[in-house]
Amino acid sequence: MSADRLYAYVGAALVALSLYAFLVHTHLLRRLLAFNVMGGGTFLILVGLAQDGRGPDPVPQALVLTGIVVAISATALAIILLRRWFVFSQATALPEDEAQ
Amino acid sequence: MKQRLGRQLAAGAVSVSLGAALWHAIGVRPTPLVSLPALVSDAIPASGVSHPVTAVLLNFRSYDTLLEIAVLMTAAVVALALREEQTTRTDTPASARVRYVVLDTLVWRLVPLLVLVAGYLLWIGSKRPGGAFQAGSVLAGAAVLLRLSGFAITPVDHRLVSRIAMTLGMVIFLCVAIGTALAGRELLDYPVAWSGALILVIESALTISIGVVLFSLFDNAPQQPRGLSR
Repeated sequence: MSADRLYAYVGAALVALSLYAFLVHTHLLRRLLAFNVMGGGTFLILVGLAQDGRGPDPVPQALVLTGIVVAISATALAIILLRRWFVFSQATALPEDEAQ
Repeated sequence: MKQRLGRQLAAGAVSVSLGAALWHAIGVRPTPLVSLPALVSDAIPASGVSHPVTAVLLNFRSYDTLLEIAVLMTAAVVALALREEQTTRTDTPASARVRYVVLDTLVWRLVPLLVLVAGYLLWIGSKRPGGAFQAGSVLAGAAVLLRLSGFAITPVDHRLVSRIAMTLGMVIFLCVAIGTALAGRELLDYPVAWSGALILVIESALTISIGVVLFSLFDNAPQQPRGLSR
């Protein structure tokens, strides 16, 4: 198995693990972290699968680079929303999840 | 407790199925109809840069990058809309804070170096790994360092200047897009003779915008609430 395919498999494992964490945890920061790890797994699959046995492929690399930029700004915005929510409600989860 | 266990089991089942589906999909990957790396390397001479990733980002798929800076700008605007009133900020004014000789010396040595690194990353992007985002994030890192160590960042703290810097990348990119369309070409289809220069101009504007947007996302975050127990 080539290193690139290994990246894709690791990406698949990361996506599955982070989906579990995303569904189980109710703390919004944990959810955000899980979502970020899921994004990382997707990037690994995108680049690893495209390059497996074919050498470097600039197109998925550029797509992933764009994805990283968007992911960073979305994460920063989510953290701002989280802090606002905490200041507003003193809660670290949404009301639907708090009830459990 | 019982409900929690059920939730964990359900989440486990969903995650394992998704993982298995992905695993299977990676195993049976179909052969592509076209070879993208070959297409890219054929078109590189006409792109104005020699690094394939930069060529894809700023020329062949520049539409993606245009939308990327639009997303960044939107995030910054939302953050600005959500920020607390400036009067509630509890930051010590730069003039009133205690000076630490080691910290100040380190920051004054590091920040020019970081700006230099950002410039290098921007410039080298046409030939080697590097480019606007890498350079912009180094700039943002330098600004965060300045802010955390209590220095005023005059240009960024100035309201109008920071707004202009945030939109600069988007504006320049749009001007180039509209310019190419007005000149009778496709949107963002640069003339070959100009493409290198146009890419450098766009990337420089993007670097400034990305740096200021990332820093403002950090800077506009609501204050950490006091006495956070959980």
